[in-house]
Amino acid sequence: MEVFLVSLLNGLVYGMLLFMLSSGLTLIFSMMGVLNFAHASAYMLGAYFAFTISLYVGFWPALILAPLLCGLIGAAIEMYGLRRVHKNGHIAELLFTFGLALIIEKCVQMTWGLVAVPYRVPAGLDFPLFSVYGTNFHAYRAFMLLISALMFVSIWLALTRTRVGLIIQASLTHPEMVGALGHNVPRVFTLVFAGGTALAGLAGVIGGNYQVTEPSMAFAMGPIVFVVVVFGGLGSLTGCFIASLLMGLIQTFAIVLDYSLADLLKQLGITITSSTPFAEVLSVPLPRIGALLPYILLVLILLVKPRGLMGTRDT
Amino acid sequence: MSADADTLPRVTAATADVTPPRPFLREHWPWLAAILIAVVMPWFFFNWSTGRHSGFVLTMLSEIGLMTIFALSFNMQMGHTGLLSFGHAILFGLGGYCTAHALNAIKDGGLWLPTELVPLVGGVGGLFFGILFGYLATKQRATAFAMITMGMGELVAAAALMFMGFFGGEGGVSTNRVTGVSLLGASYSSSWQVYYLIVVWVVICVVLMRLQTMTPLGRMANACRDNFERAQFVGYDPRMVRFYQFMLSGFFAGIAGGLYAILYEIVTFDTVAAPKSATALLATYIGGAGGFFGPILGTILVVLLQSGVSLLSNAWLLYVGVLFIIMVMFAPGGIVGLIGAHAPIARIGRLRELAVPYIRVLIPGLFTMLGVVALVELASFTTIGASQGKKLAVGGLAVDTATALPWIVAAAALLLGGFWLRREAAAFRRRWDALMDEAKAQGAAV
Repeated sequence: MEVFLVSLLNGLVYGMLLFMLSSGLTLIFSMMGVLNFAHASAYMLGAYFAFTISLYVGFWPALILAPLLCGLIGAAIEMYGLRRVHKNGHIAELLFTFGLALIIEKCVQMTWGLVAVPYRVPAGLDFPLFSVYGTNFHAYRAFMLLISALMFVSIWLALTRTRVGLIIQASLTHPEMVGALGHNVPRVFTLVFAGGTALAGLAGVIGGNYQVTEPSMAFAMGPIVFVVVVFGGLGSLTGCFIASLLMGLIQTFAIVLDYSLADLLKQLGITITSSTPFAEVLSVPLPRIGALLPYILLVLILLVKPRGLMGTRDT
Repeated sequence: MSADADTLPRVTAATADVTPPRPFLREHWPWLAAILIAVVMPWFFFNWSTGRHSGFVLTMLSEIGLMTIFALSFNMQMGHTGLLSFGHAILFGLGGYCTAHALNAIKDGGLWLPTELVPLVGGVGGLFFGILFGYLATKQRATAFAMITMGMGELVAAAALMFMGFFGGEGGVSTNRVTGVSLLGASYSSSWQVYYLIVVWVVICVVLMRLQTMTPLGRMANACRDNFERAQFVGYDPRMVRFYQFMLSGFFAGIAGGLYAILYEIVTFDTVAAPKSATALLATYIGGAGGFFGPILGTILVVLLQSGVSLLSNAWLLYVGVLFIIMVMFAPGGIVGLIGAHAPIARIGRLRELAVPYIRVLIPGLFTMLGVVALVELASFTTIGASQGKKLAVGGLAVDTATALPWIVAAAALLLGGFWLRREAAAFRRRWDALMDEAKAQGAAV
């Protein structure tokens, strides 16, 4: 029971972090069809910016400034890069963002060095908030949950209650019609791209000190964000939310459940020895394949339902 | 397919029976020239005083050879069938693992197979996994296909680190290509023998893949890429077409993996990992995915960049990134597309009028490039280089990255060069447009 509760909380924290990263990508991907490989780079940039800014003015201004910087970079990328590449097709756009991801990683290495930077949790939040069955729940995790929940509510309000939000929603499914009605669709694109990048930056600010801030963090996070977006389905923020929480919980629970297929079979009366075929595959413990489960789920859902969990359009 | 159509002899149904078949040599001379270059290339780097081949050059040429097969097999999916795969390396790597195990079995005497035919083991392995993964992945197309292959790629890469039995974990599977079993009596202990073995396999594979594009299956693959609904109406099952293409592509990727195993005598998990898949995508796109030849040119460029520039610079990945961005922005058709764009002007015989404008663009372009490279190197030496204890030196002269002068010179080269380049590029554009209009007026543009 204690393991369950603690893992549930940790899974929620990780899932909400994933959601913050992937909600922006869902909007970008569904609206513009761009498989943005540089999205996780914005996450990394957010963490590094926050690290540098917090050296000078502290963590709290960084919480606002770093995402804003990322958003500005995102807007510039969309206006001066992606928009020009758009006419050359989806693969060109994809390679553009891929090249960008390479450049950003290298620039980060050249600016902040090859090893991880000491980006730490702010001192004001560095205490155990409460303890569950003897395990401390850190105040910073509660803060992460709070920020992500606030962000979720404000995105939801912005998309459903504001005029711009309604236009964005309409552009998700019928971009041509929105353009025909006289709205400036390219500007909406820029706005969404900048907003999505800023969200990724925010995720970096609060995730960078939760995890490790290092140059490889973008390429470590990139695939899992794609998995969440595609699993949740294009054009659906709800699907993205469910997928994020699911992936967060799966990955957290997989670490604590030390079982393997062999144990399951033992319950059924079949004992696995080293001479059984595929013994190695069957006896791998769950914590080791935890990182793989999202990909297995991705492949499975796409085979059955190519639109993803709650997608409104074909991918 | 425009680039491909341009390079093919124009034979339409009406004229096919009147034009006599062109002599073999006249039609295929670029191929023969390429083979000839491949054969003599190592001898340019032969050290006559010691009587030895340059190991670095031979390895690089061999790498170009096997990566050519890999990129072409990737293009069987991407260019010819419209299937963008993010996990193509799994077919390559699994073929490599199969080959490594086969070589070990031959060494132990459990299997008899001459070394010349060992890459076939990789091919069969690639075919097997192509059937396995392709059966699932080709149920979908477009982005769903891309995502499924990405998932499979990550799965196999992670499995390669996890399962010791087949993949050997992090250390990989080492092997020894000198098995003593050969059809020609060659031992393959020296790298030039391996190089020529690879050349032979490359020629076989390239010819086979070229011929495959002319088969009904190859043609239907193009149809399914361009309009799969129509292909369905004609009575073909696009899913099966995708499946067959994926399978065959797996076979060739497996052969490339087999050659990899023979060349390096070790197969590790990077052969199945995402960067390997990305290399195929990049080589194909840079060369030009539209035609058949593009990936070959792209591979040569990418491998040269990888093995050449990575030796010289810490920041080589950054240059690769910049190259991609420039390519997708200004040359979406790849190198082949760039060359093809000159065809109308060449047809009206005025290509030489572009020579002067080209030179005028090239000089400021070179300046800008030098500025960028200098800035990047200065930056990379202040941080990464310093942590590795390296010092920047240009032509034997040590450059102190802490002083302002080199930075100012580099920034000036970049800014002035960039400004100059903008002006020259505008002039070039005008000349180019004028020539294109001329070509159109004479009916030479298509």
